[in-house]
Amino acid sequence: MKNHAEPISLKRRYRRDHAIRLLLAAATLLVLVPLLIVISYVVIQGVNGLSWDLFTQELGSPSRARLGQPTGLVHTMIGTLVVDGLSLIMAVPLGIGAGIMLAEYPDHRLNPLLRLLNDTLNGMPAILKGLLAFALIVKPMGTFSGISGAVALGFVMLPIIARSTESALSIIPWSIREAGLALGIPRWRVVLSAIIPAAKVGLVTGTLIAFARAVGEAAPLLFTSFGNNYLPGHLSGWLLGPVDTLPQRLYSLAISPYQQWHEMGWAAGIVLLGLVIITFVTARLAVRRR
Amino acid sequence: MEQQKTPSTAETGEVRLETKGLSVHYGDAVGVREVSIPVYSNRITALIGPSGCGKTTFLRALNRMHDLTRGARVSGQALLDGHDIYGPGVDPVIIRRRIGMVFQKPTPFPTMSIFDNVVAGLKLVGIKQKELLAEVAENALRQAALWDEVKDRLNLPGGSLSGGQQQRLSIARALAVDPEVLLMDEPTSSLDPQSTMRIEELLAELKKQVTIIIVTHSMQQASRVSDYTAFFFVGDLIEFNTTTKIYTNPEQQRTEEYITGRFG
Repeated sequence: MKNHAEPISLKRRYRRDHAIRLLLAAATLLVLVPLLIVISYVVIQGVNGLSWDLFTQELGSPSRARLGQPTGLVHTMIGTLVVDGLSLIMAVPLGIGAGIMLAEYPDHRLNPLLRLLNDTLNGMPAILKGLLAFALIVKPMGTFSGISGAVALGFVMLPIIARSTESALSIIPWSIREAGLALGIPRWRVVLSAIIPAAKVGLVTGTLIAFARAVGEAAPLLFTSFGNNYLPGHLSGWLLGPVDTLPQRLYSLAISPYQQWHEMGWAAGIVLLGLVIITFVTARLAVRRR
Repeated sequence: MEQQKTPSTAETGEVRLETKGLSVHYGDAVGVREVSIPVYSNRITALIGPSGCGKTTFLRALNRMHDLTRGARVSGQALLDGHDIYGPGVDPVIIRRRIGMVFQKPTPFPTMSIFDNVVAGLKLVGIKQKELLAEVAENALRQAALWDEVKDRLNLPGGSLSGGQQQRLSIARALAVDPEVLLMDEPTSSLDPQSTMRIEELLAELKKQVTIIIVTHSMQQASRVSDYTAFFFVGDLIEFNTTTKIYTNPEQQRTEEYITGRFG
């Protein structure tokens, strides 16, 4: 009879292990290479467009760029922060709430409906979310606005946050919940004080992914925040009037016929990438600190 | 009914908890069928039987943990000091404060320190007085024979303790809310012999203050620690009596066969 534990088969196992590890490394490389290509291409194309003016001046009419007058995207950057920030403020509590409902109260009567709605919203094309916000906010208000853009992006973030919250919570063993309940702690309190802190890293990661996704969306903003070449005349204009945002500005710069605007579009790409990276790094550090 | 025979020895105390025809169903399947036993105050009652006999199912029915299991249904009565814990309008949260539970595996709350773990049952229902919490924590940890090992590192995470210490932490946490009855579901099954011994010694101390029901798959453990023993077999209570009687002169043949190791 053949002894299955003989050294020759052990050698083969080591070889196979080695081969699998090589394959995994190759796969990782395959994923990273396109990312690096995109980043370096954007940086190479846009680095010349980075200037002091870019961060301090508003865009104005195309003639400013063509005549070499000061022009920039400061109104776009502020607008992005306002619209995306407001959107985050609206989507995080709702999304995390929905995720808690999905994960912690699977027997609740409304749960299947909530899941259906959330999945539908998740699968809906982003431009339709813009239309929805248009119908809900822009039409009644009678004007394009930062608020409507934030709502549209909120529709993008909400289902992603809800889903990631649900899966972050379901990773926490059921026994932890039982342990809490067995102490005579009410269910909501167990969720709030024992389960959510344990799932904190997952919640933050999910929110970041949702944020990064929304920051890059141009479609939902085309007929909500719409775009603006100038800083608003009044502070309320950031919320109640048309507002410029990076992805939508990048799109309109790119389809413009002006060489100078193309260059500015690449620079806007760098700023957008930088914004996403900075958000990720700070949130990661904040979670890791404790 | 044969199940309801009173123990032969005279040293029965007052009845703290009593089940009357308690059954647990999972959908169409029966987990436990019509179990009626008394649980005596300040005594240790052991539930024994082969795997799948319903002893854990029965135990979980005693502090309404089945409320959380989808499709589980409990019928019959479980009387705590004469009042049915399944009665109308009874809040399971209140019941669970009076009837605590320690699980098979240690379950420290992952993000909490040792101290916060012990007082979780108080802190999370709004008790904030620092001196009171510190006092309760020390008492509970002493009762669970863990104080000397952790008193200098109460702020470290609960998960930093060894398995046996984590289980004693779970016991301290259950004791901190001052329950009248403590349910223990195979509390030593994931522990090494030394930790097991410590917890068994602990039980003898604890029963002075609290009524204990312990599920165990170790017949030796049941005989070492308990005053009363209930033997379960495929969802039925076969025999309930004093531990001495069950282990020396059981009335049912199946009990004897199980005790002597002929099956299970």
